[in-house]
Amino acid sequence: MNHADIAWVLVSTALVLLMTPALGFFYGGMVRSKNALNTLMMSFVSLGVVGVVWALGGYSLAFAGGHALVGDLSFVLLRGVGLEAQGTVPHLLFMAFQGTFAIITAALISGAVVERMRFSAYLAFITIWMLAVYAPVAHWVWGGGFLAADGALDFAGGTVVHVNAAAAAVVAARVVGPRKDYGRHAILPHNVPFTLLGAGLLWFGWFGFNAGSALAANELAVLAFVNTWLAPAAALVMWTLIDLVRGGRVTAIGGATAIVVGLVAITPAAGFVGPLSALAIGALAVGPCYAALILRARTTLDDSLDVAAAHGLGGATGAVLTGVFADAAWSGGTNGLLFGNPSQVMVQMYGVIIVLAYSAICTFVILRLIGLVVPLRAGGRQEGVGLDVTEHGEEAYTGGDGAILVSPDVAARAAAAVRVPLHEGGRL
Amino acid sequence: MKLIIAVIRPEQLSDVLEALFRAEVRGLTISRVQGHGGEMEHVENYRGTTVKMALSEKVRLEIAVSEPFVRPAIDAIIEAARTGEVGDGKIMVLPIESIYRIRTGESDRDAVTPVPS
Repeated sequence: MNHADIAWVLVSTALVLLMTPALGFFYGGMVRSKNALNTLMMSFVSLGVVGVVWALGGYSLAFAGGHALVGDLSFVLLRGVGLEAQGTVPHLLFMAFQGTFAIITAALISGAVVERMRFSAYLAFITIWMLAVYAPVAHWVWGGGFLAADGALDFAGGTVVHVNAAAAAVVAARVVGPRKDYGRHAILPHNVPFTLLGAGLLWFGWFGFNAGSALAANELAVLAFVNTWLAPAAALVMWTLIDLVRGGRVTAIGGATAIVVGLVAITPAAGFVGPLSALAIGALAVGPCYAALILRARTTLDDSLDVAAAHGLGGATGAVLTGVFADAAWSGGTNGLLFGNPSQVMVQMYGVIIVLAYSAICTFVILRLIGLVVPLRAGGRQEGVGLDVTEHGEEAYTGGDGAILVSPDVAARAAAAVRVPLHEGGRL
Repeated sequence: MKLIIAVIRPEQLSDVLEALFRAEVRGLTISRVQGHGGEMEHVENYRGTTVKMALSEKVRLEIAVSEPFVRPAIDAIIEAARTGEVGDGKIMVLPIESIYRIRTGESDRDAVTPVPS
């Protein structure tokens, strides 16, 4: 084992864990204030639910030896996952690092169902989805499954995380149905600074996501790190230019989205391409995502926070461009189209399509099954009042005016004990 | 001339505005207010503190209209703001002594008649 590697993967694990709260703020800023807590909680709760599910069984299904399609049960309850070396870091650390990826992937889906999905149904959904969809897909690409054997390149999870989550998001948006105000009234973001804050923290955490995926403090991590810096920068510039040309005004929400698109696009490529290619990938991913954002809003598909446009198209574009720009001179591995290996593009597309199809079909079945037990969405009244109050019994922004303590005897005793003179002593 | 004051549910505001514009009532002021109209208080929970929220978020509209627009405005609000449950709000109609448009100094009926734009 190598202690420098251990140090870097430890830090990376914490960085990737931070991405989920960051995503909560990115999403939370984009909804109406009456749903702010609900949206943030959809991300935060994944830190709990998916973390536990991952340790108990998800990790085993994803990474325990076995089959081409799914892992076996040998690591269930973390049996045999100890401090022995897995590569140059302890197996236990590898398990935790991978767990943080699972957590954010589940949270990503929430962007498609905010402001109307019932929280209990959402909890059931991410639990089952983690075991039935994420774990097998992670196994295919990273755990020794068939996509890895086919030679698909996915450095840090463009397909496993982003395409996978986006396919589930589109299906979930369809099955849960659009918000009742969707297409009838303007639904505006209530806190754009939250969204910018979230995008900034996502970028910071993404250094762990991509450079940490080298699983070592080495040259490959440096390459992935620099690419993770450059691709979103190029995406941001590109988005800014398109904004300027289209309307003459550079939007903040657009900027935040551009950063995420650039990050998503470089994710599969981070350790396989050179820095100039990273700039190109970041810039090229903006076109399809920008177009998709505008077109999606004109459809009946209420993918509310555009998981498909940002993560699906960004991830798919990045995956395919990985097959174009992959450069063995940088990575010491596979070449892409530009470096004399055109067949890699086809392998990349194949990987994306398989994951898309599997995730979409499974998500549909899982949601329909949950729908048999609990309603998937909140009622119309609840949607009107906002899910913060109806699902959580809290408000994001309350002055506390008109709040009456429910246990008056406690209030009376407290008042007796403190005896603060209310109208004495102060001079105005 | 009448001043129409309506207190409605915030989530009905978009519908009400739409209905008012359809009734060609185009001048209004809104404010976010808190009120209580006999509806059930909802309970909230913050760590160990359980509270009943006696005041609910409401939106207050103030609309100054000339006589022919009084009834259409009221009908528009009632139709668009009604959910059928306690807490839908109130509409109050008050007489107005005089109105002035600040920009031109026009008064009364002229002051509440929109300028063709």
